[in-house]
Amino acid sequence: MTVRRLAEIQPASFAFTAENEAWAQKEIAKFPPGRQASAILPLLWRAQEQNAYWLPKAAIETVAAMLDMPPMRALEVATFYSMFNLSPVGRHHVQLCGTTPCMLRGSEDLKKVCEQKIGHQNHVTADGALSWVEVECLGACCNAPMVQINNDYYEDLDPQNFTKLLDDLVAGRPVVKGSQTGRVSSEPVGGLTSLTSLYGVDGRGAPPAQASAPVAAEPIAADIEAHAAAEEADIKAKLATLPKDATPEMKADSVGARPAGLSGARADKADDLQRIKGIGPVNERRLHELGIFHFDQIAAWTRPEIRWVGTYLSFPGRIDREQWVSQAASLAAGGPGLKTHDSSPVSGVKTGAGDVAG
Amino acid sequence: MTKIIIDGKELDVPAEYTLLQACEAAGAEIPRFCFHERLSIAGNCRMCLVEVKGGPPKPTASCAMAVRDLRPGPKGEPPVVETNSPMARKAREGVMEFLLINHPLDCPICDQGGECDLQDQAMAYGVDTSRYHENKRAVENKYIGALVKTSMNRCIHCTRCVRFTTEVAGVSELGAIGRGEDMEITTYLEKAMTSELQGNVVDLCPVGALTAKPYEFHARPWELSKTESVDVMDALGSAIRIDSRGREVVRILPRINEAINEEWISDKTRHVADGLKTQRLDRPYLRVDGKLTPSTWPQVFAAIAAKAKATSAARIGAIAGDLASVEEMFALKALMDKLGVANIDCRQDGSRLDPKFGRASYLFNSTIAGIDEADAIMIIGANPRIEAPVLNARIRKRWLKGNCLIGVVGQKLDLTYPYNYLGAGPESLAAFADHPPADKAKPMFILGAGAFARPDGEAVLSLAAKAALSLGVVKDGWNGFNILHSAASRVGGLDLGFTPGQGGLDVSAMAKAGGLDLLFNLGADEIDIASGAFVVYIGTHGDRGAHRADVILPGAAYPEKTGVYVNTEGRPQFAERATFPPGDAREDWAILRALSDALGAKLPFDSLSQLRAALNAAHPHLAKLDEIEPAQADFAALAAIGGALDKAPLVTTIADFYLTNPIARASKTMAECSALAQARHLQAAE
Repeated sequence: MTVRRLAEIQPASFAFTAENEAWAQKEIAKFPPGRQASAILPLLWRAQEQNAYWLPKAAIETVAAMLDMPPMRALEVATFYSMFNLSPVGRHHVQLCGTTPCMLRGSEDLKKVCEQKIGHQNHVTADGALSWVEVECLGACCNAPMVQINNDYYEDLDPQNFTKLLDDLVAGRPVVKGSQTGRVSSEPVGGLTSLTSLYGVDGRGAPPAQASAPVAAEPIAADIEAHAAAEEADIKAKLATLPKDATPEMKADSVGARPAGLSGARADKADDLQRIKGIGPVNERRLHELGIFHFDQIAAWTRPEIRWVGTYLSFPGRIDREQWVSQAASLAAGGPGLKTHDSSPVSGVKTGAGDVAG
Repeated sequence: MTKIIIDGKELDVPAEYTLLQACEAAGAEIPRFCFHERLSIAGNCRMCLVEVKGGPPKPTASCAMAVRDLRPGPKGEPPVVETNSPMARKAREGVMEFLLINHPLDCPICDQGGECDLQDQAMAYGVDTSRYHENKRAVENKYIGALVKTSMNRCIHCTRCVRFTTEVAGVSELGAIGRGEDMEITTYLEKAMTSELQGNVVDLCPVGALTAKPYEFHARPWELSKTESVDVMDALGSAIRIDSRGREVVRILPRINEAINEEWISDKTRHVADGLKTQRLDRPYLRVDGKLTPSTWPQVFAAIAAKAKATSAARIGAIAGDLASVEEMFALKALMDKLGVANIDCRQDGSRLDPKFGRASYLFNSTIAGIDEADAIMIIGANPRIEAPVLNARIRKRWLKGNCLIGVVGQKLDLTYPYNYLGAGPESLAAFADHPPADKAKPMFILGAGAFARPDGEAVLSLAAKAALSLGVVKDGWNGFNILHSAASRVGGLDLGFTPGQGGLDVSAMAKAGGLDLLFNLGADEIDIASGAFVVYIGTHGDRGAHRADVILPGAAYPEKTGVYVNTEGRPQFAERATFPPGDAREDWAILRALSDALGAKLPFDSLSQLRAALNAAHPHLAKLDEIEPAQADFAALAAIGGALDKAPLVTTIADFYLTNPIARASKTMAECSALAQARHLQAAE
């Protein structure tokens, strides 16, 4: 923060355009009589928008007069908020966050870029394109360091992509808003660690095989759900054809293929299937009855086998929802399952949401 | 009432008390900077932190937490407050350390030094070292007017000054721009403040950020002798403290008097002090060959005696001015009685008030504190903002409290509160003469000199009395018929009967050409006395009265004599002497006593106490200092007088707030304020 003063060179007068005036009157009318001063923020903001994104003294006085406020009260508001620019700004006005999270993530380097490319704070470049000011936290700490340029946030900056961003803006080339590293909203940098069945490890709901490659298509969470719904409807239709007293095996056989079982655990030592989230003592016993004793057996289940087991255990779809297969694969490889509170990423696991999508 | 335990002491306090008030009731001292009894609660200095059990588990700002917001203990025990626990002490030390981070160590060159809240509290509640090694914040000083000097590095952002100007003074001129450590107190674009009460922000400032400009680097508080006295700049009789050093009055500060000025005083009251040092009449003067020449007491007395001997009593007169105390008016009246003179008057503004209507006809009957109870106020021919700024603040306070109707008959002025404008001339008052009683319990009229100090003043007064009776302003148990005088001496003069006797001339008749041959002028500077009469001027300053005088008898200004002044409510108050008159000047009563000897009409008292004894015997109510003697008046008879009304608007008689008397006109500070006000006036007219 710096001491904020009105600009030295001021326009002689300010008046809202007819359209803005009408809008302002509507804003003022939102507040009960005697409380018109409450409309000061929207009015100052609109005045700033109308005046090339800065507030001249005349605008402050005009707004104060419209709201029946002493000019001092309006000046207090205008100087309090850093969103109100009291002197002319560039076409692209950079508000650079310098608060702790951004500072820890390198906003000092961005400041150097600003100083180099633009000059000192509140200085407008000769071509009128750029100006910058350091502000307090803008509330995008997850994607620190970040800047706000005019109305948009640009996040995950480093000196290189920030320099490029400024160059692109000045040159009028299209720029990507938000994260400059391709991150979606404020998800972890390495991809999702949770909810991956819904959103995919990259957060875009794409199959894992394509996760590393740039994703052209938009996330297809809707497709995934459609798929699952279609499969469930299919299973339901097939079960409906069976007689009411059909055994679980008969039902399961009608929708899938029974996975091959072992007659007993290898080396007489079964894996602790309960480490898989979703498998409790009952399901473990029933899996044992099917000859399923090891994580690698579950990890190797094919689609028809998943359908068979799901139907046999009378909970179609749950194996997918609880990601038994991918959990088992991870556990078989000595990794963590979902049941443990292990935060190491599960990226690289072959199966997962892709099973549903496929 | 709610039970609460403070520092182990259980007591009963009203639930709406703040913790700070409750702690004070328990006898615990709570340090504070931003909190002030008469301002809204800001809670931003954090100095008043206390430990509270039954509230959030952290130090609590006691000024902003109400007793009713505390929870009782699990078994219904009363909430517990600790004002001196280790937690509270540590919290205060921390706050103090933060406050001192950016506060400069310039106490040796700071005018506030020695009477600084921050200094005192740092000694009492602070730690002895600072852990802060970075540069301190630097803030530009601001221009905010002729009376208040700023030193903004020292500001601790308590916002008392902002709250005072906004809430009490009613002008939203001061404000805080920026935020955080960049917050700065300033006026809009550093314009001069316009309030007549702005000097009070200096008293409110707990540090040396706002100090009095005229007092800048003049004195240290501990070298001043303090005299408690009464103000004479307006008719309120505000309680003041005169700080003097040697023979010089260095400054004037307010004292608390809840009945009158609470703790505010107007800028004229506060800053008129430098006018006591300039233009002073410090020796007698005699006009020789049309020119005033320095003379001696025996010579001037001889000249007056010669003139008096040659003049018949009917051609002699006396006028008492605005700043005269009761004693000297009593002495002058006694002298005139001895000489058989009936031409005496104390109403130099030409007001038509008269003791013959009864004492209540010229008093502020509801009392000033009564404004707090009024539910309707009609201001008639007055501009309280300049006639009595402190009273105006009281009306504003009443208006802020809500449910109070205010009307104005007279000029349309900015009174710092909204009002219904009822009209300019007396005819707008006529509408209320036959009005059904107002639907108000305590309606009030405030009549200024603009209503009754005009040729048809008696008719206006009569009309006002009629309206007062019909509206229920005067009724059983409530008298809201209030006269707002603008001169400190006026009520005293009227109480003494310092008005024309049988067949006597009034002020205008005395002052006009050929009215009199010999005129005793006791400090009346606001009238033009036509040439012709031989004028004996008893006064303090080389002002209008002295210029017109043929003989000047140098008197004592109000801080230089003891005396009783009766304020507009009819409350006699005693003004103490702080310093002595300059040179050959003497106290006025003593001059009159000596003069009486020279005129061969020796007054029967040789000392001020003898004079007072005689005065009190003649007017017993003046002996009851600080009390208001219940006053009566026959309002029905007053209302029946009637009379022809002039259509001219009721205009306040004060043209320039800052220059209403000789002392103010001699003051450089007042001249500066006046020039600023004139410039504003011109700008507004453009």
